[in-house]
Amino acid sequence: MTKLDSVRGTKGDVVLDVKGLRIRAKSKAGWAEIVKGIDLTLRRGEILGLIGESGAGKSTIGLAALGYVKPGCRITDGTILFAGEDLSELSEAELRRLRGVRIAYVAQSAAAAFNPAHRLIDQYTEVAVVHGIRDAASARAEAVELYRKLHLPNPEAFGERFPHQVSGGQLQRAMVAMALACKPDIIVFDEPTTALDVTTQIEVLAAIKDVVRDFHTAAIYITHDLAVVAQLADRIMVLRHGDLVEEGNTRQILEQPSADYTRQLLGRDPPKSDTTTASQKILTVSSVDAAYGSIKVLHHVSLSVGEGTTVAVVGESGSGKSTLARVVTGLLPCSKGALMFDGRSIDSSLRRRSLDLRRRIQLVHQMPDTSLNPRHRVREVLGRPLTFYHGLMGRLRTARIIELLEQIELDLTFLDRFPEELSGGQKQRLCIARALAAKPDLIICDEVTSALDQSVAQGVLRLLMDLQKNLRVSYLFITHDLQTVRAIADEVVVMNQGRIVEQGPKDEFFAPPHHPYTQLLLTSVPQMDPDWLDSIRETRAALARAMSLA
Amino acid sequence: MGNIPKLIAKRLGLGIFVLWVVSLIIFLGVSLLPGDVATEILGQSALPETVAAFRHELGLDLPLHIRYVHWLGGLLKGDLGHSLANGRAVSQLIGERLGNTLFLAGVAACFSVPVSLLLGLLTALYRGSVFDRFTNAVTLTWISFPEFFVAYILIMFFSVQAGWFPSLSTMREGDSFTHSLYLVTLPALTLTLVVTAHMMRMTRAAIISVLGSPFIEMAKLKGIGQRRVIVWHALPNALAPIINVVVIDLAYLIVGVVVVEVVFVYPGLGQLMIDAVQRRDITVVQACSLIFAATYVLLNMFADVLAIATNPRLMYPK
Amino acid sequence: MSTPADHSPPLNIAPADRPHRQDPGRFRALLAGLRQAPLSAWFGLVIVAVYVVVALFASVIAPYGEGQVVGSQFDPWTAQYLLGTDNLGRDTLSRLIYGARNTVGIAFLTTSLAFLIGGGAGLVAAVVGGWVDQALARLIDILMAVPQLIFALLLLTIFGASVTSLVSIIAVLDATRVFRLARAAGMNIAVMDYVEVARLRGEGLIWILSREVLPNILPPLVAEFGLRFCFVFLLISSLSFLGIGLQPPTADWGSMVRDNAILITYGDVTPLLPAAAIALLTVGVNFLVDWFLHETSGLDDET
Repeated sequence: MTKLDSVRGTKGDVVLDVKGLRIRAKSKAGWAEIVKGIDLTLRRGEILGLIGESGAGKSTIGLAALGYVKPGCRITDGTILFAGEDLSELSEAELRRLRGVRIAYVAQSAAAAFNPAHRLIDQYTEVAVVHGIRDAASARAEAVELYRKLHLPNPEAFGERFPHQVSGGQLQRAMVAMALACKPDIIVFDEPTTALDVTTQIEVLAAIKDVVRDFHTAAIYITHDLAVVAQLADRIMVLRHGDLVEEGNTRQILEQPSADYTRQLLGRDPPKSDTTTASQKILTVSSVDAAYGSIKVLHHVSLSVGEGTTVAVVGESGSGKSTLARVVTGLLPCSKGALMFDGRSIDSSLRRRSLDLRRRIQLVHQMPDTSLNPRHRVREVLGRPLTFYHGLMGRLRTARIIELLEQIELDLTFLDRFPEELSGGQKQRLCIARALAAKPDLIICDEVTSALDQSVAQGVLRLLMDLQKNLRVSYLFITHDLQTVRAIADEVVVMNQGRIVEQGPKDEFFAPPHHPYTQLLLTSVPQMDPDWLDSIRETRAALARAMSLA
Repeated sequence: MGNIPKLIAKRLGLGIFVLWVVSLIIFLGVSLLPGDVATEILGQSALPETVAAFRHELGLDLPLHIRYVHWLGGLLKGDLGHSLANGRAVSQLIGERLGNTLFLAGVAACFSVPVSLLLGLLTALYRGSVFDRFTNAVTLTWISFPEFFVAYILIMFFSVQAGWFPSLSTMREGDSFTHSLYLVTLPALTLTLVVTAHMMRMTRAAIISVLGSPFIEMAKLKGIGQRRVIVWHALPNALAPIINVVVIDLAYLIVGVVVVEVVFVYPGLGQLMIDAVQRRDITVVQACSLIFAATYVLLNMFADVLAIATNPRLMYPK
Repeated sequence: MSTPADHSPPLNIAPADRPHRQDPGRFRALLAGLRQAPLSAWFGLVIVAVYVVVALFASVIAPYGEGQVVGSQFDPWTAQYLLGTDNLGRDTLSRLIYGARNTVGIAFLTTSLAFLIGGGAGLVAAVVGGWVDQALARLIDILMAVPQLIFALLLLTIFGASVTSLVSIIAVLDATRVFRLARAAGMNIAVMDYVEVARLRGEGLIWILSREVLPNILPPLVAEFGLRFCFVFLLISSLSFLGIGLQPPTADWGSMVRDNAILITYGDVTPLLPAAAIALLTVGVNFLVDWFLHETSGLDDET
């Protein structure tokens, strides 16, 4: 087809050879090293998984493969050899020749990475045309072919759309197509499925796997999710704080990890709870409807939470699970139905609820960053509800604050810190302590672990379980993550499009027979098994057909 | 695309409503004058008959709502009443001068809009460079100057010292176009300088704020050069704020002429209004305010319509 | 000091979960930043300081009285009258110095009033929301549909030009701009989860405004105060220049330019001095605000 194809060598040649890469980032305190001497080789046709939690430096390494560093960062040492040239030494103009043509990039959020002002096809053809590789017409024809290959709907017309007219999963596939426009030697995938729902993620994963295989492109796949990378990667590098933890082929890493950290990532030791059943119901929601303006988001939702137990509400984005949380807190009065709390009917509007009722129902939000006032110290965050609800002042108040800090496993030195001096996990613990300060009977946890790294999230889950054991507090636990459900729930409620599709005790939920939607959810979660994706695609296709019929 | 006409119609409707409220405010403001306008204007010593005649002339002896209907009706027919100072028809007074003001503002706009957009684009393109820093410092200084300062500096240099242009821009009927252009050079230059600094800074800021978006990084990772990144990727997304800035500055030109006209004794609407304010010639002030306000409202409306038309999210709904 | 992670049980907090340690003491950080501030910021700071001193001690510094006729008309610069005399034979230098007190003082008063009205209403609109917000926002939209200078001229015609009406009219008109900013900034904070937490807890409006919202939008409001001050200052000067602002015999920079403008045609720069005084202060404040915004937003546009 083109010259580039003839340049392409046979499988097995090294296409990218990184040696002793060090990258520093500018912070208020000065320059901090975020990549600490990484070696990396990538062979033709190989997919290399880079895995790690936030701050591991994986994205920074991925971008360095394009000779690019984020503003405020710089490469201080090492070489990035590609086609005999050191990318860290090349000028911007020379790098531009390579970027998009021989090394391409797929960003985490396609919705943000596509230019909202231009049609998808024009953004596709831009690369090839600007670099003078193809004319617009042949690039367009190729785009349609690729769209078809990626199972995008109506491939002839798909490219005529603007980014906002396309769903998240489709947009991500369109971005994969764009990366393939010049048939690059290497594609860097930077968490391409992280922002997607599980049932969508699977389609994108499958698409990536197919095209990378067909095009014999080498790829670097960056993710925090070991199960995702297991489906694609030939080899895995586990990173942490800019250091390499371990490296090996995929099966070896999954089956015989040598580092403790890898084992932790593999989730070999997830927290488990004993299921408890309660005689008394603390909260009962009966056939509740709710709407935002004229858009109805909850239909006939009924559930109850037993004293001292945890009910997990599971669903994907748009399922109405967070709306349910808002209805229970009174932030969104329901349009139909009734709420009972501790045996008594309660008002659905927050405005008319008594102070004592507000105290007894507490909410912990998803994002600890936005749920703590950046101008309040820990002392004020915990002290305010103590004063407000219990009238505690002075020494008594301080004593109680310290007690609360102990409960969330933080110590005295935290008293006078501002939120920005805490880590993500510590912030979320503080939010939990703030809820506890009210001495509530029910805490609504809205995706409390989804903004946290896996290992941190596990700590928070353990804390919540310990607190429940000691304080007999009940949880209404909103989540999209089945792993979390397995860990914490006594009962499970599955929601889809504003309706409850299944509910019951946890053991029943995880055991067949399942409702088709539950089945779809359960089967969409990637397993720590390299063959999972291929085996599941068949069954899932059948399921999707069943769902659309139902 | 179905809801675009609807959105635009809605915006036009809102503009007309605002105009109506503005007319109401201007009318009521004058009607609710503390004390009696007639005695206020004619002086305490005026004869009661004179005051009564004057009140009748103003229509002050009629109830408020009837006066408003008359006033508004007259307004729609182009009848703006009579000057309290010299009895001439306001529409006639304004007619002569409105053209002059629009000419001055138009000349200034023809220079300032392209120059400031180009400068904004260039400083965004080469930001951090010596050129950018220099332009930034100069324009920051420039927008801090009162218009009359800028005007007198220009007079000092180009009129008093160099003698190139007249310090008074007295236009006469029958002046040729080129001569008119020559006369308005200094006032137009004053306005251009004041407005360009602001417009250029806002254009630069709009482009730079877009340059922080992830899709710009993506474009760089596609190997797209800086120039194309700015022109093809950043500019279309900065259009709405830039249109807004241009219109704000055009509106500012219309208003800014007031001071400049006074400095250069230019026979425009601004000068007329200031004279009227000093004489408390209320009908003229009313009419001038209404014309300035209407221009401003119309320009803003135009900006909003343009912003709707350049937004792909609105043009191509899901 | 040890890192926070050291205090926690090993498994609960993985080291991946480390905080970004920063000094949050805002004022101290600003002072520290001042040491490395660019020349323009220092320039602005010195100018503002000098003007404040001159304004406060005008009667001590000025060689003659504010309205005192000391010589004949338009005396040239001499040792006795450093900057000559004006159209009525008053000492120009003394009037420049008193002008600092009058013009700057009134502009400051007006801006403060505008912030009290506009800032207060904007925050309430942002936090309360609903019809209160809608009603206020629409009202402001309409007030803003008329250009400020024109509105001021109209109102000054109606109410007559006095210091009280000047201050209150411009404060109300300028409050519309402050309202917009305070409302927009307040809304960004009002949607934060921590405000929702305070609402759920049952906190009153005063607490939410003063403890949850205000501390978080202080930097943009402070910067806006500087910019609004410049605007008001220029507006009042322009009105005085047009003869409709501060009335004689009050020494005021705008009217000083107007009264002596005739000299310019003879190549004398004296009438430009008050205009330059206006420009210099505005430049100083602008430079200071520019630096402050850069410091507090943490925005580096060197991307």
